[in-house]
Amino acid sequence: MALDSKIPKGPLKDKWTDYKNHINLVNPANKRNIDIIVVGTGLAGGSASATLAELGYNVKAFAYQDSPRRAHSIAAQGGINAAKNYQGDGDSNYRLFYDTVKGGDYRSREANVYRLAEVSGNIIDQCVAQGVPFARDYGGLLDNRSFGGVLVSRTFYAKGQTGQQLLLGAYSAMNRQIARGKIEMFNRHEMLDVVKIDGKARGIIARNLITGEIERHSAHAVVIATGGYGNVYFLSTNAMGSNATAAWKIHKKGAYFANPCYTQIHPTCIPRSGDYQSKLTLMSESLRNDGRIWVPAKLEDAKAIQQGKLKPTEIAEADRDYYLERRYPAFGNLVPRDVASRAAKERCDAGYGVNATGEAVYLDFASAIERYGKEQAKIHNIANPSAEKIYELGQAIVEAKYGNLFQMYEKIVDQNPYKTPMMIYPATHYTMGGVWVDYNLMTTVEGLYCIGEANFSDHGANRLGASALMQGLADGYFVLPYTIGDYLSHDIRTGKIPTDTPEFDAVEKEVKDRIDFFINNKGTKSVDYFHKKLGKVMWDKVGMSRNAQGLTEAMAEIKAIREEFWKEVKVPGNANELNPELEKAGRVADFLELGELFAKDALNRAESCGGHFREESVELDGEQEGEAKRDDVNYAYVAAWEYKGEPADAVLHKEELEFKDIELKQRSYK
Amino acid sequence: MNLTLRIWRQKDSNAKGQMVDYKVTDISEHMSFLEMMDVLNEQLVNSGEEPVAFDHDCREGICGMCSLYINGEAHGPDRGVTTCQLHMRMFKDGDTITIEPWRAAAFPVIKDLIVDRMAFERIQHAGGYISVNTSGNTQDANSLPISKIAADEAMDAATCIGCGACVATCKNSSAMLFVGAKVSQYALLPQGQVEAAERVKNMVAQMDLEGFGNCTNTGACEVECPKGISLDNIARMNRELMKAALK
Repeated sequence: MALDSKIPKGPLKDKWTDYKNHINLVNPANKRNIDIIVVGTGLAGGSASATLAELGYNVKAFAYQDSPRRAHSIAAQGGINAAKNYQGDGDSNYRLFYDTVKGGDYRSREANVYRLAEVSGNIIDQCVAQGVPFARDYGGLLDNRSFGGVLVSRTFYAKGQTGQQLLLGAYSAMNRQIARGKIEMFNRHEMLDVVKIDGKARGIIARNLITGEIERHSAHAVVIATGGYGNVYFLSTNAMGSNATAAWKIHKKGAYFANPCYTQIHPTCIPRSGDYQSKLTLMSESLRNDGRIWVPAKLEDAKAIQQGKLKPTEIAEADRDYYLERRYPAFGNLVPRDVASRAAKERCDAGYGVNATGEAVYLDFASAIERYGKEQAKIHNIANPSAEKIYELGQAIVEAKYGNLFQMYEKIVDQNPYKTPMMIYPATHYTMGGVWVDYNLMTTVEGLYCIGEANFSDHGANRLGASALMQGLADGYFVLPYTIGDYLSHDIRTGKIPTDTPEFDAVEKEVKDRIDFFINNKGTKSVDYFHKKLGKVMWDKVGMSRNAQGLTEAMAEIKAIREEFWKEVKVPGNANELNPELEKAGRVADFLELGELFAKDALNRAESCGGHFREESVELDGEQEGEAKRDDVNYAYVAAWEYKGEPADAVLHKEELEFKDIELKQRSYK
Repeated sequence: MNLTLRIWRQKDSNAKGQMVDYKVTDISEHMSFLEMMDVLNEQLVNSGEEPVAFDHDCREGICGMCSLYINGEAHGPDRGVTTCQLHMRMFKDGDTITIEPWRAAAFPVIKDLIVDRMAFERIQHAGGYISVNTSGNTQDANSLPISKIAADEAMDAATCIGCGACVATCKNSSAMLFVGAKVSQYALLPQGQVEAAERVKNMVAQMDLEGFGNCTNTGACEVECPKGISLDNIARMNRELMKAALK
């Protein structure tokens, strides 16, 4: 099947307006007869559920947690972008669009990104109206800060808990619709497959996680909003339950999976401390507004630090290498995430890492504390303040901005980051790849939509900070509610979709057979054993830097792990009860297939772009020497994979990316 | 570290539960408490036993999913943390650690250490929102200035993660810190004031309906709250309720 992105004709800035003016609408009386299933209730699914219900559709929302408020969107810290230009520093829709396309290394779809920038301002208005307590200045107006990859302050924030507040805002909008009976909420339910009738998505099979009951749910359209697949690495910043099952199952039922190899490696995570570790914790990128990143300039100092013989505070200013400021003077510590991550790895690989494993760099707030302290002393008219006083005043400012992050760091690492620099290292964070969707956010299966992190469209090969929340809410509040109406306008005479059909029978049987297999398999190894094994191959060979040989090996190794999994996996307990091991088994089975497609996609893409650093593709000379080298002649396309059984047999479809409003050129942050 | 874990096991909501002892060895002080539980569960799976069911997800102290009553304290001995942020450095080699589910009639046990906190959700369905259309046709966000102090205070209240430690630790199983935080967030902001009276009345009525006890100002909730939600929120909720009654 050929890919049709359905991008509207006309000038970029008019596309979305024209589109909205010409689509079909559903009359309010008919909306009452139409059911929509939304799977996942984080920022994207939650905002979509609330808005679709508000419009009058009957929404059935599914979450694996006990409440939508637990979705992992809640963990996003730094902020949400919007081109409001409240700061008057030159921001505009075009500039937000431009920064996002450039930040994504020119691998996203222009029309989608422009629409995202266009609705960004609305998101802030909407959230404020819902009571989201964004940070304010003393005049009572909204405050902004800056993030990596941009030169303006367009990031709105609520302390270091922006994701939490936006999610609670979306959940409050859901609460209103739950109270009205327009959203039927299925908590502690997991979607295990999609049901198609006459080629259209018409329902799902879900498991009640408390009773184990397998349920059939029908609808006129199905929306997948289940987030990313970063847990394919086992260790990531994702929540433990974040999984790829819904996205993978729809892939197996005909939805193409796009750019699986685009994973963001976030530069500021707390380093791993041992093999028992269950997950990684992110430190917000906003810290790079004030924190300076460095490693020792001398190798012997680095060695002494690794052995615990020297403290960071004992290293003189002249003996520190602020490598981001050195290499990228224009953006400094605020280069995009992929650039910062690669630079950290480069220094650590060269032996300059600052913890026992040699996999950490410093994020230092000493100069920010001093700078703020001096400013505060002036504001408060303190003449000749002592160093201690300056420190005290400065610390208070840093605490007001990032207090909860510092506390979180101290609890995990057991060091006070006000006194000694934080240690950070890159880790898997957000996935830019995902289910392929057209401009309407519809997958290659009719009536099946995919929004938020679970789709691929807006971030290209690298996501800039504070843009995930923006995309989730844009899709859910403002884009999908229009596009899905156009589709559903053809369904007003369909009537209720029955669930006692051969199609539901068949998919339910597939789901039950798989569960029965797990419960009855007499294996010897736990699910986590396989997940960790997969994660190691992914990180070593399909991680921050990759080469053809490693990727070929990874594909074979993942296949072997998968074969062993199906022979040796052991799942205790029963199917008809709350059984977390059974839940994990199904999810890891899907990761074991997705991981191989991920490696295959990475092997196919013989260029460096975004966080995907291909060792064979490096700038050899000139101003950008040593930087990642993109190949626009051969790879300016979206790789959309069609399922054909084994992941290795997946068929590649290319959506050529057209850049009409932005010149395709080499990225430079120098 | 080598530890003895005394854990509440209960097959489902109808079954009778009991404490069971387990041994774990080679626990690193850098592990989080839940990673220590992972070690135990891996051990149980390998020996063919059913692992202990416990709630958890983000493991960075923000989703509010993890619970656990540890040695008689909600979220264990450390202050200002959830169980996923509690580290084994708080314990000593040879310790016996008692691990129980949240204790409150309104939070029935689902299995082992997992309880049902849906009562919290139903309270929010009863009024935890501002009735604004999600159409994007709202006024410009800066057309309604809000004092920094009010915004910061609302933010402090909104920081509540809904974990339920306040209820579990209260001798009356009162949910007033949780409900107070939710009511306060909206009470402090100009948005949604037209429905403020209805909101607080409905939420408090639902809270009572769910079987939570009353507040007797002991303050145990504030002490155990991982997010430092203050008792002021309960006072504010009571004032709001009083105002609503006089309307």
